[in-house]
Amino acid sequence: MLLINCPWCGERDETEFSYGGEAGIVRPENPEILSDEEWGDYLFMRKNTKGVFTEQWNHSSGCRQWFLVKRDTVTYKIIDSYKFDRSDSENKGSK
Amino acid sequence: MKNKYSALSLIKNAFTNNKNWKPAIKNAEPKKSYDAIIVGGGGHGLATAFYLAKNHGIKNIAVVEKGWIGGGNTARNTTIVRSNYLWTEASLLYEKSLKLWEGLSREINFNVMFSQRGVYNLGHTLQDMRDIERRVSANRLNGIDAEVVNAEQIKKEIPYINTSSSARYPILGASLQKRAGVARHDAVAWGFARAASDLGVDIIQQCEVTDIIKSNNQIHGIETSKGRIESNKVGLVVAGHASVLAAMANLRLPLESHPLQAYVSEPLKPVLDTVVMSNAVHGYISQSDKGELVIGAGIDPYIGYGQKGSFCTIEHCMQAIMELFPYFSRVRMLRQWGGIVDVSPDACPIISKTPINGLYLNCGWGTGGFKATPGSGWVFAHTLANDEPHQLNAPFSLERFSTGALIDEHGAAAVAH
Amino acid sequence: MQKNRIDQISEINKDKLLNFTFNGKKMQGYQGDTLASALLANDIKIVGRSFKYHRPRGIVASGAEEPNAIFQIGSGAKTEAGLKATQVDLYDGLIATSKKGWPSINFDIAIINDWMSKAFGAGFYYKTFMYPAKFWKFYEFFLRKLSGFGSAPDQKDPDNYDHKNIHCDLLIVGAGPAGLMSALCAVQTGAKVVIVDEKDRFGGKLLSSSEKINNIPAPEWAKNTQAILENSPNVTCLKRSTAFGYYDYNFITVCQHFKNHNLNQVKQRLWRVRAKQVILAQGAFERPLVFSNNDRPGVMLASAVSEYVKRFAVLPGRNIAVFTNNDSAYQTAIDLKQAGISDLVIIDSRKNNNSNAYLDVSSLAIEVKFNTAVINVRGNKHVDSIDLASINEATGIHDKEITQRKCDLLVYSGGWSPAVHLHSQSGGKNEWSNDLHCFIPIKSNQECESVGSCNGKWSLKDCLEDGLKKTKIILTNLEFDTPDVPLPEVEEKKYFSISPLWRVKSDIEPELIPKQFIDFQNDTSVTDIFLAVREGYENIEHVKRYTALGFGTDQGKLGNINGMAILGEVLGKPINEIGTTTFRPAYTPVSFGVCAGQDIGKFFDPIRKTAIHDFHDRLNVPFELVGQWLRPWYFPRSKETLYASVHRESLATRNSLGMMDASTLGKIDVRGKDAIAFLERIYTHDIANMSIGKCAYGLILGEDGMIKDDGVMARLDENHFYITTTTGGAATVLSWLEQWLQTEWPELDVYLTSLTDQLSTIVLAGPNSRKLLQKMGAKGIDSDELPFMHTAKTSINDLDVDIFRVSFSGELAFEVNVNSNSALSLWQAFMEHGKEYNITPYGTETMHVLRAEKGFIIVGQDTDGSVSPVDAGLGWMLSKNKDFIGKRSLTRKDSNKKNRKQLVGLYSVDKKSVVSEGSQLIKNKNKDKDNPVPMFGHVSSSYFSPILNQPIALALLENGRDRYDERLVAVSSDENEIEVIVTNPCFYDSKGERQNV
Repeated sequence: MLLINCPWCGERDETEFSYGGEAGIVRPENPEILSDEEWGDYLFMRKNTKGVFTEQWNHSSGCRQWFLVKRDTVTYKIIDSYKFDRSDSENKGSK
Repeated sequence: MKNKYSALSLIKNAFTNNKNWKPAIKNAEPKKSYDAIIVGGGGHGLATAFYLAKNHGIKNIAVVEKGWIGGGNTARNTTIVRSNYLWTEASLLYEKSLKLWEGLSREINFNVMFSQRGVYNLGHTLQDMRDIERRVSANRLNGIDAEVVNAEQIKKEIPYINTSSSARYPILGASLQKRAGVARHDAVAWGFARAASDLGVDIIQQCEVTDIIKSNNQIHGIETSKGRIESNKVGLVVAGHASVLAAMANLRLPLESHPLQAYVSEPLKPVLDTVVMSNAVHGYISQSDKGELVIGAGIDPYIGYGQKGSFCTIEHCMQAIMELFPYFSRVRMLRQWGGIVDVSPDACPIISKTPINGLYLNCGWGTGGFKATPGSGWVFAHTLANDEPHQLNAPFSLERFSTGALIDEHGAAAVAH
Repeated sequence: MQKNRIDQISEINKDKLLNFTFNGKKMQGYQGDTLASALLANDIKIVGRSFKYHRPRGIVASGAEEPNAIFQIGSGAKTEAGLKATQVDLYDGLIATSKKGWPSINFDIAIINDWMSKAFGAGFYYKTFMYPAKFWKFYEFFLRKLSGFGSAPDQKDPDNYDHKNIHCDLLIVGAGPAGLMSALCAVQTGAKVVIVDEKDRFGGKLLSSSEKINNIPAPEWAKNTQAILENSPNVTCLKRSTAFGYYDYNFITVCQHFKNHNLNQVKQRLWRVRAKQVILAQGAFERPLVFSNNDRPGVMLASAVSEYVKRFAVLPGRNIAVFTNNDSAYQTAIDLKQAGISDLVIIDSRKNNNSNAYLDVSSLAIEVKFNTAVINVRGNKHVDSIDLASINEATGIHDKEITQRKCDLLVYSGGWSPAVHLHSQSGGKNEWSNDLHCFIPIKSNQECESVGSCNGKWSLKDCLEDGLKKTKIILTNLEFDTPDVPLPEVEEKKYFSISPLWRVKSDIEPELIPKQFIDFQNDTSVTDIFLAVREGYENIEHVKRYTALGFGTDQGKLGNINGMAILGEVLGKPINEIGTTTFRPAYTPVSFGVCAGQDIGKFFDPIRKTAIHDFHDRLNVPFELVGQWLRPWYFPRSKETLYASVHRESLATRNSLGMMDASTLGKIDVRGKDAIAFLERIYTHDIANMSIGKCAYGLILGEDGMIKDDGVMARLDENHFYITTTTGGAATVLSWLEQWLQTEWPELDVYLTSLTDQLSTIVLAGPNSRKLLQKMGAKGIDSDELPFMHTAKTSINDLDVDIFRVSFSGELAFEVNVNSNSALSLWQAFMEHGKEYNITPYGTETMHVLRAEKGFIIVGQDTDGSVSPVDAGLGWMLSKNKDFIGKRSLTRKDSNKKNRKQLVGLYSVDKKSVVSEGSQLIKNKNKDKDNPVPMFGHVSSSYFSPILNQPIALALLENGRDRYDERLVAVSSDENEIEVIVTNPCFYDSKGERQNV
C-alpha cells in the first residue's frame, strides 16, 4: 500500500490517487509531419523502467491535481514527489 | 520417450523403491553456441523450445532462465484456459492453444490435469449482454464452442452463486464455453521442460541474461551470468520483463508491467465445479482439485516489478467475490501473491519478428497468458524456424502499433449513453 | 469425564464448565480452554486423517502451526471450515466435526493409500491418469472428494465485519515477553502505541512459564503489564488479533476476532494500521524431529505439552519420553515431573550435555539417555512404544542394536525457528545462523525491528533486554524522550544449547524404512525429497511445489526448516545455500468477510440516482444500470411488456410529446480566456467560429483516433462553454481533460467544473414540446428566436432554466437544465401541464429506438474503441483547419485501409424479425458449415421501429457504405439466421425536417 505525498495535501493513502503512467511523453508539436512509426512511438512505446521511474499521479479523490512522482518500480519506494512547475521536473507529458 | 510415465511405471518403480526414476528436469550448462536460444524458462519459453525441436527439427536449442523454470507467471496465475475471445484473430490463436491443451498430457506424457469444467463469463448490464451475444455468435462461426446462458441456467449449475436481481450488479446471463477450464500450472512448465530435454534441448537455470549481442542489425547471441552464448536466433519470452530485455537491444515496446495479484482459500469440500469470471465486478474464481478456491484480482494501477501489489486490490477483489458468492464470506484466505504482467495497449500479445534480424518477441500477454502456453509456443516456434510468422500470429506483430491495426480485446467495455 | 485434566494452578476457570461436541460425541471442558486443550483433556487421540495416505493424526502443537486438528466448527449459516483447534477458544455449545476420513476418522478405508504409498510418492499424479483422455474428469471427481478440511456454508453470512484505520507511532506485534517489555517502555513516552496479540490475553510464552520477573511469577507479571497497558490512553490493546499482512510503507493488516459477539455486533474487524515504526515480537516456532512414524497420534511438540500442562492443566500422557536435540525440552521434562509424572525419560541425540538444563533435570532425578535417538514409533493408531538406538558419532547413522521402550506420549523438540514471517513479508532478509541453527532476520526493508525470540533471543532475560533496548532507540529516533525504564530482574536461565539433528539417519535407505514425515498435512516425507532431487527438482521452490512441502494450511510453520535442511543434505549443500521460499500473507488464514468489510451488497459500488428518481421509483419502473446510475428503462402502464411500452412511448413522442430524465449526462462548465484554444484541441470540429448561444454536436477522439466520447457543446459567452458527455464517460472525460490541461498545456487559462450533480436535465421531445414550454411561461423559444442547435436562458414556473434546442430523437426537442433541487417539481409540473398533449415519460429503451431510427450512434454500443469518426459516418465533423487529439492517427495505414467496418443500417427482409444485438453478419445462409465462416461485421443496435412499423438495426460492416441494398444474413448466438438488407443508417426523416420546425 503506497503512501503518496501529494505536493498540495501531504501524505495520503494510495486509494485517494489515480495513476497516469510514464511522465515526460510530450505531445509532438506537428503531428502531421511525423511518420507512422514516429507517431506510433509517441502513442504506444514506453520505457516501462525497472528501477527509478518518473510517473504521473492525480490526487483524484482529493485536490484533483496532477503531479510527478519519482518511484523505484522494484521496491516501490517513492524518492520524490513534486509539482509540474518545479524547475527540474520533466514538466510535460500526457498520453 | 526415455522415461515414460504411466500407472504401470508407478507400480514398477514402487517395486524398485522409486530409485530408477530419471530426471524430469535436466540441468544443463551452456554450450558455446546454439541454433536458437529461448530467453525465459516459463511455460511459453519451454513450449517454444519443445515445438521448435518437435515440429521444426531444430535440436540444438537452449532455454535460458534467470531463476528456476516455471517460476514467473506460470507459477502465479489462476490457470484459466479458454478461447472464447471477441476478435477472430484472437479467438483463432487461443483456439489453437485450446486444441493443443486437449491433447497435451499425452503429447508430452505429463499429466497437466487439463480439466474442461467450463468457464462462465458473467454479464451484469444490458451492454455486457450485447457484448456476450456478439462474442458468442462470432465464436460459433469460428468453430469455437460457446453459448449464452441466462441467470436461471447459471444458478442451476452454480448453486452457490448469487443471481438475485437485487444484487448491486445483478447477473443477467453469461457466456459459457464448456471446453474451457483450468490446468495444473507447474505441470505445464515441468512437462514441457521434460519433453523438450528429451528432444535434446538444453535447459539452463540460474542464468541471467545481461546483454544482447548484435551488430549490423543482426543478433549474434547473449551475454549471461554464465558467460557468452552464441546464436543468430534469439527469442525473448520473458513475461513481465520484456521491456527490460528489449532495452538491451535498444528497442522500446508498447508495454507496461503491472502487478497482478491472486489468492487462494483454505481447502474446502467441492463447492464450485466450474470457472466463473466477471469483468464488471472484477474477480475470477475456480476451485482447485485440492479444494482451494483460486481467485484472481484486477491489476494494480501502477507499474511494478516487485511481484507484490497493494492490499486495497485484494480488498476490492474480496468485495467482488462477496458480490458474486456471498456464501463464501466465512471462507478464509490462506495465501496471496503477486506476479508481473506486461500489458499491451490492445490487451493482445506481441508474437513477432523485430526490426533486428534474428531477434523475436513473445510478450504482452497481460493477465491471460497461461491459457495460450502451448499455442504461443507452437506459433512462436514456427516464427523462429521460418523467420516468418504463422498465419495465426501474423496479426500480432509489433508493427501493428505504427499501422494502427490493433486487435482491441478490451472490446466494448465502455459504458455510455 | 476429563481423563487427562490434572489438579494444578492454571489459566482455566474450573468453575465454568462448558459443554461441546466432537464428531457427535458430547464432551466437557472449562472456560479458558482451547478446543485443542479440551480434546486432550478428554483423551481424544485421533483428530484427523492425513491428505494423501489417510494416516491417523493427533494434536501436535498448541498454536498456528498445528497441522492436524482442523475442524468444521458450528453448523448452518455460521459454520466455519478449516479452523485449527489450537486457535479456537472453547465456548458452551461448540460443535466440532472432523471432515477427514470415511467412514470415520478412527477407521478410514482410504488407509489403503498408506499401504501403497510407494506408488503414491511426490508428484505421482503427474505421471498417471492420462489415458483415456476423457477419463480425467472421472479421476478428478474422486480426487476432489477426498480433499478439503470442511465445507463452505450454504447460506448467507449473518455476521458483520468492519474495517478501521489507525495511525500510530509504534505497532508492536506480539505480546510475549519482548513485546510487553517494548510496550511498557513506550507507554511512558506518550507515543501512540498499538499492541496486538493473537491470544485472548497478553503474555505469550510467559503464561506457561515457571520463571519470575521482578520476583513475581511470569504469568502474573504479564497480567500486571496488560493492566498497565490497558489503562494507558495512548495504547490500543488488541487481543485475539492477528497481524496477517505486512505491506509497503508500514501498512499492516490486523484481523481482530470478537468473543461472544451477537448478531448485531461485529464478528471480526480488519484494522488497517499505518505505523511509523513496527516492532515484531512474534516469538518462535518449535521444530519437530524427523524419524520413522513421527506422525503417530501421541507425538507432540515439547513446548506445546508444557503449555497444555501449565496453562490448561491437561496432561496428555502418563508414561512419557522426551526426544530432543536441544535444552529447551528439558524444561518440558521438568514441567512434567512437577505435574507428577514419574515414568519419564529424556532421549537426547547429543553426545553429552553439561548445561544448567542437565543439572536441573538431574537434581529432579529425571533419566537422560545421551547420544540416542528415537528411530521408530510403534502403535497403529497411537504411540504405544518407541524404538531407541544410539547414534554413531562419526557417521551420524544410528546403530543396529535397538531397544524398545513403552510410552503413551512422545514429546519432541528439534530446536526453534524465529517467526520471521512478517519481517519477510515486509521485504526483509533472513540469514542462517550457524550458532543458533535457525534463520534470523537481518536487514529490514522497512521501518521495523524484530525483537525477542523472533530475533533469535531464547532466554527470558535476553528477550526482555532486546525488547527494551531496541524500543528505546526507536523512540529516540521518533523524537520522544528516551524513557528511563530499567530492565526487570530476571533469574538467568539459559536453556538453549542445540546440536542439529535434521533427521534420524539409518544405514537402510529411506524408502525401506517406515516413513519419516516432514510436512504432516500434505504427507511430505523424507523419501519425497530424495525422489524430487532424483527427478531434477532441486531448487527449493521446485521441491516445495513437487512435494507440496509447506503448502498446507499451517503454511510450513511446522515442517519447512526441516525440509530445507534435508534438501541441503540430499544436495550436499549447506542450508544457507538452499534459501527460503517466499513468505506471503496471510500469516494465518483470514476470512473473506473481514477482508471485504462493509463495502459489500449495495455498498459494493455507490448507486447514483437522479433528482427525479423518486418519481420513477413510485411508478415502480424497471431501471437500467448505466455506469453507477440507475436510469428508467421504460415506463410500463399496468402489466405492459417492454415491447408494448416502448411502442407506446415512442409513438407518443413522435406524434405529440415525450419526456425523458437525462440528468445522468455528464455536464462540464468550461471557462477561461483560453477556453476556445483548449476546446479546439479536444473536439474535432471548429470552435472559434461558433457564435454565442450556438450549440454543436461534439466528438472527442482518443489520441489513437478512435471515438472516445460524444455530446453537445454550447458557447454561452465569449470564453464560456458548456459541454456534455455520455453518462458512463462523465468522470473519465473530466479527468482526461484535466490531465491534458495540467500536464500538457499548463499555460492555458481554462477552468473545468463538473455540473453533473448540480443540474438536472429534462428532455421534452415531440411536435408539442415547444407548446408546453410556452404554455408554462418560457420566453424566447420561438423558432426564429431559438433556432435548432441554439441555447437560451428563460424561466418556467419562476424557475431559472437553460434551454438547449438539440435533438437526439429527430423531433422538435428541448433539453431543459434546471437546478437539481427543483428538478422533481419541474418534472411534475411538466407532467401536469403536459396532460393535454398526452405527455409520456420514456426511458432509455425508447431513447435508443428514437435515435436508432435517426441513425445516431451510442458511444460504447455502436462503437467499441476500434471505430473512427469516418467509420461511423461522421467524417464531416473532422476539421481540416486545425490539429486535434487523435487527428494524426486517422491517416495511419490501417485507418485508411480498404475494408474498414462502417456504420450502416439494416432492414429485415421479412419486415418482422428483429435481429439480436450482437449478431454476426455473413454472406449466405449457413448451409454447409465451413469453419471458420467469414464474418463481415456485427449488429450493434436492433429494435422494432414503431413509427416505421418494421425492424431496424445498426451494424458495423466491412465496406458498409459501398454495400447498400446488398442482402446479408445476421446470425445470433443460438444460430438463428435472419436475412437483412443493408441501407443508410438514417431510417426516418433523413432530411431532418422534424427537428427544424
